[in-house]
Amino acid sequence: MQLNVNGTNREVDAPEDMPLLWVLRDLLGLTGTKFGCGMAQCGACTVHLEGKAVRSCVTPVSAVGNRMVTTIEGLSPDGSHPVQKAWAAVDVVQCGYCQPGQIMSAAALLAENPNPSNEEIDLAMAGNICRCGAYQRIREAVRQAATTRRAER
Amino acid sequence: MTAALTRRELLRNSLLSGAGLFIAFHVPRKAMAVPAPAGKQFPDPNAFVRVAPDDSVTVLLAHSEMGQGIWTSLAMMVAEELDCDWSKMRVEHAPAAPVYAHPAFGMQMTGGSTTSWSEFDRYRTVGAMAREMLVRAAAAQWKTNPGKLRTENGYVFHGKQKLSYGQLAVAAQAQTPPRSVKLKDKKHWKILGKPTRRLDSPEKITGKAQFGMDVQFPGLRTALVARSPVFGGKVKSFDGSKAKAVKGVEQVVQVPTGVAVVANNFWSAKVGRDALAIDWDLGPGASFDSAAALRSYREQAKTNGTVAAQKGNADAAMGKAAKRVLAEYDVPYLAHATMEPLNCAVKIENGRCEIWTGTQFQTVDQMSAAKIAGVPQENVSIHTQFLGGGFGRRATPTSDFVSEAVHVAKAAGVPVKTVWTREDDIHGGYYRPMFLHRIEAGLDEKGMPIAWKHTIVGQSILAGTPFEAMMVKKGIDATSVEGVVDSPYLEAVPARLVTLHSPKEPPTVLWWRSVGNTHTAFAMESFIDELARAAGRDPLEYRLALLAKKPRHARALKTAAEKAGWGTKLPPRHAHGLAMHESFGSIIAEVAEVSVDEEETIKVHKVACAVDCGTAVNPLGIEAQMQGAIAFGLAAVLYSELTLKNGQVEQSNFHDYQVLRIPDMPEVSVTILESGAKMGGIGEPGAAPISAAVANAVHVITKQRLRSLPLRLA
Repeated sequence: MQLNVNGTNREVDAPEDMPLLWVLRDLLGLTGTKFGCGMAQCGACTVHLEGKAVRSCVTPVSAVGNRMVTTIEGLSPDGSHPVQKAWAAVDVVQCGYCQPGQIMSAAALLAENPNPSNEEIDLAMAGNICRCGAYQRIREAVRQAATTRRAER
Repeated sequence: MTAALTRRELLRNSLLSGAGLFIAFHVPRKAMAVPAPAGKQFPDPNAFVRVAPDDSVTVLLAHSEMGQGIWTSLAMMVAEELDCDWSKMRVEHAPAAPVYAHPAFGMQMTGGSTTSWSEFDRYRTVGAMAREMLVRAAAAQWKTNPGKLRTENGYVFHGKQKLSYGQLAVAAQAQTPPRSVKLKDKKHWKILGKPTRRLDSPEKITGKAQFGMDVQFPGLRTALVARSPVFGGKVKSFDGSKAKAVKGVEQVVQVPTGVAVVANNFWSAKVGRDALAIDWDLGPGASFDSAAALRSYREQAKTNGTVAAQKGNADAAMGKAAKRVLAEYDVPYLAHATMEPLNCAVKIENGRCEIWTGTQFQTVDQMSAAKIAGVPQENVSIHTQFLGGGFGRRATPTSDFVSEAVHVAKAAGVPVKTVWTREDDIHGGYYRPMFLHRIEAGLDEKGMPIAWKHTIVGQSILAGTPFEAMMVKKGIDATSVEGVVDSPYLEAVPARLVTLHSPKEPPTVLWWRSVGNTHTAFAMESFIDELARAAGRDPLEYRLALLAKKPRHARALKTAAEKAGWGTKLPPRHAHGLAMHESFGSIIAEVAEVSVDEEETIKVHKVACAVDCGTAVNPLGIEAQMQGAIAFGLAAVLYSELTLKNGQVEQSNFHDYQVLRIPDMPEVSVTILESGAKMGGIGEPGAAPISAAVANAVHVITKQRLRSLPLRLA
C-alpha cells in the first residue's frame, strides 16, 4: 500500500492490522516515533495525521489511507519548529524518550489553538507521560512556543 | 537467571580494573568520605577526551546518560580545565572497558547518584592534562617556554599569536601526558557552577537520538519472550506452530526465562507470541498474595528483627516516657516503568558477542554475556545507547534483560533485538519491594523523644546477588535501613533500637530511584510530624529543635519553609506539609502546598525545595532533577501500586499502573544551597521527602493521618 509520510509517498508491504507505529519504525526506519505502551496511554508514539495528533500505536496502517502522516523527523528539517526551539531554550529534555511525542502533541495543539491557557495546555498534554517528570518545563516551553509563534505571524 | 555471577568473578573483574571493589547503590558514609581522585593511577587522558583537527572536543562518558544530565555535567568538568570552546563540545558513551570503571565502585556502572561527585576529580584532571599537552605542543611549535603561553576558548595564545586546539591536536597527541596538574580554584570557574543547557538536547528534540529500542542494522531480528505469569515458574511444554504460521515470524525458541518468538519486525513477533500455547509449571510462587504478605509483615514487626542500630537501652527509656506514640507505615511494590521498555540487541559471531542496549551496569552485563555466549569477557562489546529512563531498573545484578537477550540470540543463531512490551515491564519484576515500618517513640515532658523503637520489614534487594557478601553486613542489607539508621533526627534520641526483618518472597526486587529512602523518608518524616503534633508543637519548630546540632539540615529546612511561606494563611482546605531527608550525600527539604477538595481529591499545587549538595556543578540540571524526582515520587504518593494475587501481578499498563501526568505536576521552586561540604548526589534524593510532605499536609486539612502509600482518604 501507499503512505504519504513527511511529504513523500512510500510503498509499504504491511498487514492491514499492523499499527502505523511499527510501519514507521520497522518498515520505514523512522525511529523518532517511540513505542511506550501499545494502547494509547502514554503518547510516546504521537504523530500527525493531516496535522492532528494521533497515537500511532493504535492506528492500523490500513486506516491511514491517503492522509498525510507527519513524524518528528518531518516536523522541521533541522529542529527549527517553534516548539522545538522553545524545547531547547527551556532545556526541557531529560532522558528524551517521550520527547518526540510531547513535541508532536504540543505542535498540534498550537496549530489548532495559538493561544492556549494553562488549563488547555495541561489538557492537551495530559496524554503524554514523561517518567523523568519534565512537566514543569514542558508547560513553560509550550507557553514560550505559543508566544514566539504568534510573534512570527 | 542462569548467568548469575559469583562473587569471585566480580572481584576478579574489579581487580582487573585496578580500582578495588566497592559495589552498591547505597553509598556508605565511609566511601563518601574517601576522596575519589585518580588515586594511584593517573587517568589516561586519551581514554576520556579527544581533540580533533576540526576543533571539536569529544568527551567519552564512562557512565550512562539516562536523563540525569551527566552528558552535560561531565563535559563541563573537562571544558572548565581544558579552556575549550563550549560550542565545539561533543559527548559519546564510552565502550565497556576496565579503564572506565567507576572510581568508587571499581566496575563500570551508573547509579547511586554518584557520577558527578565520583568523577569530579577524574574528569577535571583529564581536561587539565589535555590542556597541558596542547600547550606543550604549541610551545614546541613556537620554540618557547610553555609557561609563557595561555589558553582561552579553544586557543593557545603566545602574545598576539594563536593556534587553535584543532591545529595542535595531532602534535599534542604525541606529547607524554603530564604526571601532575593543578586544578583551577573554584573562584576562577567559568563553566562549572553556571546554569548550562544540555548538550543532548538537539538530537533529543529532533528524534535523532538513538535509544536501545532504535538500534537497527541489516539482519537484525526482533524477538518477544513469553515469560512465566508467576515468579519462578518454568515452561513445562509449548506449541509454537501457530506462532510460526504468522507472517514475518522466523523461529520459536526456548530460553531459560520462557519462549521467544523471533521475527523480522516487532508486530509479527507480538502477534506470534500471542499465538503461543504454553503449559507452565508455576511452582510455589503461585500462592503469593501481596495483601496477605503485608498482614504477615505487620505481625513480624511486633517482634524485634536483626539489630541494625542500637544506642542506650530503648526499652528502659521507653518505660520512663511521659507519653508514647506508636505508628505503622507501609508502601507497596512498585515498577520503575521507564518510558523506554527494556530491550537489548545481541550479535554473536566469530567468537565475539556484541551488545547494543541502554544499561546502567556494563561490567556486570559484560560478564553475564560472556558466560552465556561462551566467549572471553574482553570479546563482549557493549555499545551503550541513550537510556529511555533508568531509575535503577537498568542495573540488575542478574543482568536480567541482557542475559535473556544473549540467550535468545544464541538459541536463534542470528542477531536479535529482544524487546519488552509495557505489560512485560510491569509484570517483569525487579520492583521496589513492599515495606512496613513499626515505630514507637517515648516522649519526655516537653514532647521530645527520649526512646525510639523501630522495626522494618521488607525484602532485601541484595540478598542472593553477588553483592550480598559485600553489602549485607551482619544480616543487615544497608539499602533496607538507609535513611533510618543514619537519620539526623535519630541522632538526637538518646536511646534507640532499629531492627530489620528481611522476608524472602517470590517477586524479584531492585533499587528504585532513591532506593530505601523511598520508604524510610516516608516513615521517618511522617512519624516526626506525628510526634510534633503529639507534643503540641509546630512541625517546623519541633524539627529544628531536634536538628540543633545539624546546621546544614536545619538551614535546608528553614530555607524551604521560608520560600513556601510557612505559617502564612492559605485558601480554605489548603495546607503546607514539610519533610527533610538526607540521602546520597545531599540534604533535601520540601514543603508542599496541598489541597483536598470535597470529593477528597488530593492535589499538590506547589513544592518549595531546598537542596544542599555541597557544590553545584550545573544548577540548571539540579533544578530539573529536583522537579523530576518530585514528579517521580509524587506518582507513588498519589497513584502507583502493584498488587499480586495467586502469584500474578494484577496491573499491566499505564491505565491501571498510573503514574504522574502533567495536570498533577506542581510548580516546584528549587533553591540550591552551596555549603561547600563534600559534593553529594542529585539524581535520586529529591524523590524521597515528597511522600511525607504531602501526607503531613493532608493531615492538617483532613485530620486523617495516612500511613500507607499511595495516599487514600477514608
